[in-house]
Amino acid sequence: MNEATDNIIVFDKVNKWYGNNFHVLRDINLNVRRGERIVVCGPSGSGKSTLIRCINRLEEHQEGHLIVDGTELTDDVKAIDKIRKEVGMVFQQFNLFPHLTVLENLTLSPMYVGKMPKKEAEEKAMTQLKRVRIAEQAGKYPLQLSGGQQQRVAIARALCLTPKIMLFDEPTSALDPEMIKEVLDVMVEMANQGITMICVTHEMGFAKAVADRVIFMDQGQIVEQNTPHEFFNNPQTDRSKDFLSKILGH
Amino acid sequence: MSVAPRTPPAKRDWSWRSQAFRGLLYQIIAVVIIGGVAWWLATNTAENMRVRGIKSGFDFLTQPAGFDIGESLSKFDSNDPYWKAFLIGVSNTLRVAILGIILTTILGTLIGVGRFSRNGLVRGLCQAYVELFRNVPVLLQLLMWYLLFTEFLPDVTEAKRIGDIYLSKGGITFPKPIWETGHLFGVAGLLAGCVVAWFYRRWARSKFEATGQVRSMFWVPVAIVFALGVLGWLVGGAPSQFAVPAKGEFAVEGGGALTPEFMAVLLGLTLYTAAFVAEVVRSGISSVARGQSEAAQALGLSKGQEMQQVLLPQALRVIIPPMTNQFLNLTKNSSLAVAIGYPDVVSISNTALNQTGRAVECIALIMLVYLTTSLLTSFFMNWYNAKSAIKER
Ligand SMILES: Nc1ncnc2c1ncn2[C@@H]1O[C@H](COP(=O)(O)OP(=O)(O)OP(=O)(O)O)[C@@H](O)[C@H]1O
Ligand SMILES: [Mg+2]
Repeated sequence: MNEATDNIIVFDKVNKWYGNNFHVLRDINLNVRRGERIVVCGPSGSGKSTLIRCINRLEEHQEGHLIVDGTELTDDVKAIDKIRKEVGMVFQQFNLFPHLTVLENLTLSPMYVGKMPKKEAEEKAMTQLKRVRIAEQAGKYPLQLSGGQQQRVAIARALCLTPKIMLFDEPTSALDPEMIKEVLDVMVEMANQGITMICVTHEMGFAKAVADRVIFMDQGQIVEQNTPHEFFNNPQTDRSKDFLSKILGH
Repeated sequence: MSVAPRTPPAKRDWSWRSQAFRGLLYQIIAVVIIGGVAWWLATNTAENMRVRGIKSGFDFLTQPAGFDIGESLSKFDSNDPYWKAFLIGVSNTLRVAILGIILTTILGTLIGVGRFSRNGLVRGLCQAYVELFRNVPVLLQLLMWYLLFTEFLPDVTEAKRIGDIYLSKGGITFPKPIWETGHLFGVAGLLAGCVVAWFYRRWARSKFEATGQVRSMFWVPVAIVFALGVLGWLVGGAPSQFAVPAKGEFAVEGGGALTPEFMAVLLGLTLYTAAFVAEVVRSGISSVARGQSEAAQALGLSKGQEMQQVLLPQALRVIIPPMTNQFLNLTKNSSLAVAIGYPDVVSISNTALNQTGRAVECIALIMLVYLTTSLLTSFFMNWYNAKSAIKER
């Protein structure tokens, strides 16, 4: 297989600005292989969220090329629709729809976007809910659940479109320690099933357990990338050393 | 793990310091005070009126009114009793209020949603509309529309003619279908259309759930209602007699008519209130957390689906209470119609008051009318609000 088809995501000299003078992503070059699991870390404000939000075009880049599963992301609405069907996203704040039940949260997109019959969508939703071990909560409303349960519902919702790529933006940083574990467990299970994952997180245990590669960002640039083992034990730059000493320091 | 089922323990006995007891006590005290004040006001007023020899009571309602009403849904002449005049006033008020509420909701929602348009011109125009109309006093706006209609339109004798429609200081006169029994079939057709359309929507919904195929939930039902209405009308013999207005010597005669007073009140109230409704809708939509919109986009929903399935249902619970206020404001502001001579309930009560001197009674009647309509509106809106509330723990 040649390299082009093997890479499911290709960032080619991508630049992005907020407004006219805030340069948030600088010359990003990044290839993600099919099935690869990547953890992105870096100091607050370094552009991690912006980077992964470009992949499903919640943010648009202004320069360079970004190709996801063979489709280049431009203004083209069709391309954006196609990509969004293939990319699932999990947010720090869950962003479940509070006016819909857990089950309805999961079936909304398969029914309206995927044109799937309700019955089939519900069956699929229940499978996903079982997968995140929360099937018994299907009839409840999101705000009736704990944070960890909500985040697991959010993961199940993203999985309902059978995405090829899953994006996580600090999925555990709004959670209490005990809930972090239940969410991470689900994510580790997913990682073992071969889906392409890009995860912004500072959970080093998770990174060590599942990541193929750790990407370290600072001030809008990818400063360093390496295997988790190398990155944590043998950081190459001053900035990553400084960062690691801060998050591991206490 | 099996835990024996338990029911919650019975509520503990009431004590002096329990919340429940305190709550009840305050309510009783409040009722006693309000009752006392009301009783004092009533007896005092009655006593004063008796001392000054002012007649009181509602007996005047059955006496002939002795004045004409320029505009009414049913015929009224000066020999008819006061109560009938009141009813016509009420019907005129309700006519403006109900039409106004419907129109202002549509216009206001469009403008409010327009503030989120991706098109800068549309956004700007919507904002300009809001700033213009909400910052000019509504009384002034009513006077302005009235002035426009009565100053700049030609005299009745020189009414401007567009087809069979006449435009003049006397208002708009237009052809009106003459009622025949054949029309009943048309009406029956429309009703049947509504029923069929309802079933169609149910069927379309279940079809969507079964196959994921989206069917039109709006235009097809509208077409069904329309088609059955026309069918009924054809079955009824297609009665198509119109009362066509014609220019007489002093006036345009025949046909249906909208007076300039009615149009000025309706237009003024609708446009003014729409500015506020637009703001209510806008703030409702922007109150929905940004993450909701992002989640919807990440799931691949289109802009329209995002608005319909995610943003509006959540915005609704923020929109409804202030929307109720706007509906009530519109209804109550319709009393300003008195300024341009539209015979609403205030205007008619005012005339009645001047003629009979029964001030307390007339004011009480006006208050009763507004209170009833306002409370009914509130009840309906509260019910609707409860229906669209979000369940939390
Ligand atoms: N919509 C926006 N407009 C302007 N500036 C923005 C916007 N969104 C983010 N920024 C800025 O861009 C920079 C990068 O933001 P981003 O959210 O990508 O950082 P991050 O690495 O995810 O940080 P954190 O770890 O705190 O989540 C920050 O300085 C932020 O203030
Ligand atoms: Mg972030």
